[in-house]
Amino acid sequence: MKTEWMNALYGGVLIGLSASLMLLWNGRVTGISGILYGLISSEKEIKNWRLAFLLGLVMGGFILGYTMPQAFQGGLELGNGTVIIAGLLVGFGTVLGSGCTSGHGVCGISRLSLRSFVATCLFVGVGIFSVYVFKNLGILP
Amino acid sequence: MRTVFSAGLVGLLFSLGLGLAGMTRPEKVIGFLDVFGEWDPSLAFVMIGAIGVHLGLYRLVRQRTSPVFSSQWFVPNKTKITRSLVFGAILFGMGWGLAGYCPGPAITSLASFQQQPLIFVISMIVGMTIFKIVDRKFKFNR
Repeated sequence: MKTEWMNALYGGVLIGLSASLMLLWNGRVTGISGILYGLISSEKEIKNWRLAFLLGLVMGGFILGYTMPQAFQGGLELGNGTVIIAGLLVGFGTVLGSGCTSGHGVCGISRLSLRSFVATCLFVGVGIFSVYVFKNLGILP
Repeated sequence: MRTVFSAGLVGLLFSLGLGLAGMTRPEKVIGFLDVFGEWDPSLAFVMIGAIGVHLGLYRLVRQRTSPVFSSQWFVPNKTKITRSLVFGAILFGMGWGLAGYCPGPAITSLASFQQQPLIFVISMIVGMTIFKIVDRKFKFNR
């Protein structure tokens, strides 16, 4: 239990450092949904850094797979339909709401942005409520 | 070139943080959100660690006139709580609570070659594309 809390804290510190490096080097917010949407939306800009960031995420995933494979354990037994609906909601919702856990929850709150504070309270609150409902409906194990 | 390379390095560090923290394990994320059941509060420490570090470093970095590899800042400065912000966050919360994935951990988990993160990421991109199409008509005030 204690180890899990410490790992969560160290992981969080690493996330905070990454976001700070992104700001120092490129002056940008490390918001994953925004970086991904920038690749999809048609606005004219050089998109290579976005692609590099996302490839970096996956490369880090490969390193995790070799060094601590338990990072990818703990998958949920869900039907494909459920996963698809979840993905659609997260994709549409994060763009409509201008951010996700990283952009609002980490970068925005650190910037003391009221918008990000409101969004984070909402998605965590709705997340808690949804898990309660989905468990009672038998959608979540 | 330096922008591209540095962004890649940040992505790599970021995903190592996500994995170490436990954010790439949907069961753990659902456990964190399951406040009314068997609550596992450990992921709260991810937020504490990340915000604790970035809160201070954000201020320090912004004392510079510009970033190292760019001549300008790209930090959002919107302040209005719009309906889009509220509804978007609600939809995201529902999706997050349904499968236990938010965007970063899902993309990181593509490296595990499991089926679920792949289906999730493809659906997420489809969701974003639907937004783009709908936005052309409705012009959301985000």
